[in-house]
Amino acid sequence: MNGLKRILLAEDDIAGVELTLSALKSFNLANDVQVVNDGEECLDYLFRRGQYSEFPEGNPAVLLLDLKMPKVDGLEVLKEIRKTASLKLIPVVIMTSSKEESDRVASYELGTNGYVVKPIDVGAFVNAIREVGNFWAIVNDPPPGCLPNSHDLTGDS
Amino acid sequence: MAQPRTVLLAEDDPHGVELTLAALKPYGLDQRVEVVEDGEKALEFMHRRGRYADRAPGNPAVILLDLKMPKVDGLEVLRDVKTHPEMSSTPIVVMTSSTEPSDLEESYRLGTNAFVVKPIGVSEFVKTLASIGSFWSQLNEPPPKET
Repeated sequence: MNGLKRILLAEDDIAGVELTLSALKSFNLANDVQVVNDGEECLDYLFRRGQYSEFPEGNPAVLLLDLKMPKVDGLEVLKEIRKTASLKLIPVVIMTSSKEESDRVASYELGTNGYVVKPIDVGAFVNAIREVGNFWAIVNDPPPGCLPNSHDLTGDS
Repeated sequence: MAQPRTVLLAEDDPHGVELTLAALKPYGLDQRVEVVEDGEKALEFMHRRGRYADRAPGNPAVILLDLKMPKVDGLEVLRDVKTHPEMSSTPIVVMTSSTEPSDLEESYRLGTNAFVVKPIGVSEFVKTLASIGSFWSQLNEPPPKET
């Protein structure tokens, strides 16, 4: 394969990233995650510029997108993606600590595919990540231009 | 979590409906599923007209949408729902037996939130529905009922 990862995780909280990767291990998905730590890095990756300019073509099957990130926030990233022809169909799942209805409304208006409020409880968070990973990286068929998913529902516990 | 909301299942195959309801039962969802067997009824439901003129206002939490249906097909339903502002944010999961690349592309272009090819084997089908049920009606936060 060309080494590109199916899941793009945009998350600035390091502990959150660690927990997410360890939760995804149960579906053998931990090695399938490209992590970016702020909105600017996320856009650099998607547009293949800056440190990512040599990466091969191929959109992620899903972008797990935090809202509150430094430099460029999640809603800005979503807006950019949806107005760019080569990126606009990428499935996006907002993963946020925000319970604000206004964030949810804005996210759907900008065209998010899904919206998940990250549970505070660690066990519930891990379960949520597993469900997100299972649906978006295994069950769902992403659009053309995105790396295909595996459809292997057996996982590896 | 907020008050349970309806799941709209648009599927013309009665056996498929039965299997879907059975797969969603562990999530307590079978009680909240409104089944329509063709695209015309799906649109009546969403627009609250015809036999659904008196249903309580509010969009479902998610629409599980077959593509090949009589009268009005799934792509037409998708196009309609995603172009009416009062319902366009309603999450839609296309669930189809079709493996046509054109159906996949067209569905995403028309704004589907997700696209799932229905597995042929019963146990794979049930596992797939379980994943759909658990993400879309337990984890995902849909837009407010009235958009």
